[in-house]
Amino acid sequence: MTAPLDTEPAAATAAAGPAMERSAHRGVLRYALTKLGGALLSIGMVIVATFFLFRLIPGDPAIAYTRNVPLSPDQLDLLRRQMGLDKPLMQQFLDFVLRTLRLDFGTSYEYRRPVLDLIGERLGPTLVLVGTGLVISVSLGLWQGTRAAWKHGSRFDRMSTGVSLVLWSVPTFWLGLLLLMVFAAGIGPIPGIFPTRGMEGVDAPDGLAYIPHVALHLTLPCLTLVAVVYAQYLLVMRSSLLDEIGQDYVTTARAKGLRDDQVRRRHAVPNALLPTITLVFINIGFVVGGAVSVETVYSWPGLGLLFYEAIKGPDFAVMQGTFIVVCTAVIIMNTLADVAYRVLDPRVRSA
Amino acid sequence: MSTPNTANPGSTGSTGNPGGGSTTGAGSTAGAAGAVNTAGLARARRRLALARFWREYRRQRAGLYGAAILIVAVLLALLTPLLTDSAGLDVTQATGAKMAPPSLEFPFGTDESGRSVLLMVLWGSRVSLLVGFLAALLSMVIGTVVGITAGHFRGWTSAVLMRITDWFLVLPSLVLALVLAAILGGSIVTIIVAIGVTSWASTARQIRAQTLSVEARPYIERSRALGAGHWHVMTRHVLPNVAPLVLANTTLQVAHAIVTESTLAFLGASSGQVSWGGLLRGSYDWGAATAGAWWYILAPGLCIVAVVMAFTLCGRALEAVLNPRLRGVSR
Repeated sequence: MTAPLDTEPAAATAAAGPAMERSAHRGVLRYALTKLGGALLSIGMVIVATFFLFRLIPGDPAIAYTRNVPLSPDQLDLLRRQMGLDKPLMQQFLDFVLRTLRLDFGTSYEYRRPVLDLIGERLGPTLVLVGTGLVISVSLGLWQGTRAAWKHGSRFDRMSTGVSLVLWSVPTFWLGLLLLMVFAAGIGPIPGIFPTRGMEGVDAPDGLAYIPHVALHLTLPCLTLVAVVYAQYLLVMRSSLLDEIGQDYVTTARAKGLRDDQVRRRHAVPNALLPTITLVFINIGFVVGGAVSVETVYSWPGLGLLFYEAIKGPDFAVMQGTFIVVCTAVIIMNTLADVAYRVLDPRVRSA
Repeated sequence: MSTPNTANPGSTGSTGNPGGGSTTGAGSTAGAAGAVNTAGLARARRRLALARFWREYRRQRAGLYGAAILIVAVLLALLTPLLTDSAGLDVTQATGAKMAPPSLEFPFGTDESGRSVLLMVLWGSRVSLLVGFLAALLSMVIGTVVGITAGHFRGWTSAVLMRITDWFLVLPSLVLALVLAAILGGSIVTIIVAIGVTSWASTARQIRAQTLSVEARPYIERSRALGAGHWHVMTRHVLPNVAPLVLANTTLQVAHAIVTESTLAFLGASSGQVSWGGLLRGSYDWGAATAGAWWYILAPGLCIVAVVMAFTLCGRALEAVLNPRLRGVSR
């Protein structure tokens, strides 16, 4: 694997500690620590890259912050001092890192509120959208991919592969626009069924009735996200299961006289599942990108919409904060998936 | 991209590049006549390989459809300045009614200021295709250089390069590209850079895997024993062997770049020129979806889907031809 060199000794000494009886466990722990070190390094790289990227912006940050409201030179000087712009670059960098570690992402240019508060407000809707979308697309993709691979070459297989290739080529936001036009605005004889924007209407009911109300708003955004994302899972599951079908143990299972669906459910699918699930998490960045488009089209009040508004502003403080938070979340998900894979799959564990 | 293309040990090199780099030893010892002879031989062999490649490719029906769509799209994009007048793109010179449905005069309808959507789609194809090609090229160059370097040199060089690659692989590339485009400002060059810089990581990983498998072959050892340096091994032996993989990958990468360009334009990081994504941005801003102006949304979108699918089909066909391991598995 491509673990960073500097974390190796730390992982080794930690793993060599007491209470580790079996070498397999020690291997897993050592692997987890190495991965943890890699994740921390990645997050550090995000913070460093963010600092230097946002230095590249042409123009004076203080003037950008005032949004072209004319200020006297004295006031500008004061603002620069408050923003720490008069300090040397190294000092600015250290301040930035310390503030980021305290989760202080500064003040939004547009809302004049702490960026962290804004992110906190928007986190819930994004989790609802991405969570629901992921659950549906993973189950749908795995199911259809399994069927396509098992009946390899059948009409179902050809249709599934064809549909997923088309969906793969469709830009997320365009699919969103189409669904918005047909099912929310209504076209020709089709009446608009679903709300066009947001997570709740002005007449949002309280209590239990709130859930179906949000679900109605969630339908189209979720459908768009699922359509674009699930094609990928289908293709991965299909090719992963095709790899297993040729293996000897599948032939053995058949020779034992197991029924076809037993061979599939008990032998082939569990083995094909692990690499697929890992890929699901490794590609979580792709889902995040899709969420930005979907939230923009449907004005879903999540992190993606916040990020989009920040780019449109431009509100560099919000952009910076959202970028760091999203990247860190993706890196953490990835590391967890990596370690879980290692723990769950004996083939990798012994390697 | 779509298929998880894991390492394909020792298969790609044999079909695409016979005689690409293995004639050097003989060439230096033989006389002038001998050298000419080898050159002629290599040319003939290359022609033969090309003919074989075409024969194989012809069997991929989907790939042929894809190639046909691409040729039409590229020709249309190239001929647009000759066939149409760019003055029609000017808002002040628009002749049609606002948001008019398709008619004989405007086959794809008109936009919010009365411009012909067909005209804008034609001119938009130039920007979309250009950005797609150049961004994919940039991404392939970075990916190939990083991949071969990380595969050739061991130790810390490889470790550092792969850490950077993994970093780019994990990060949400669209979000990173958006930040880059927003910071660098909107022009065609910055959009190309933003897409190219954020999409090379998976290529680099594949190229590295292929490089490792090529470098394990005996003729590399022989070449080293004869005194070949790093540069010679990397450019004369490894590069020709990973080239088929690079070609298939580039084709898929163009598809990815076109989708990313349209998404960036839709999300507001546009190059300031008419492109398919920019058109869709306009349709969204002017409420085409809620007004039922389906032509304004369908025309640019279908163009994106058609071109992207054509590139994907070609890329998959190339992969199937150049990578015998995949033959028979994926259609």
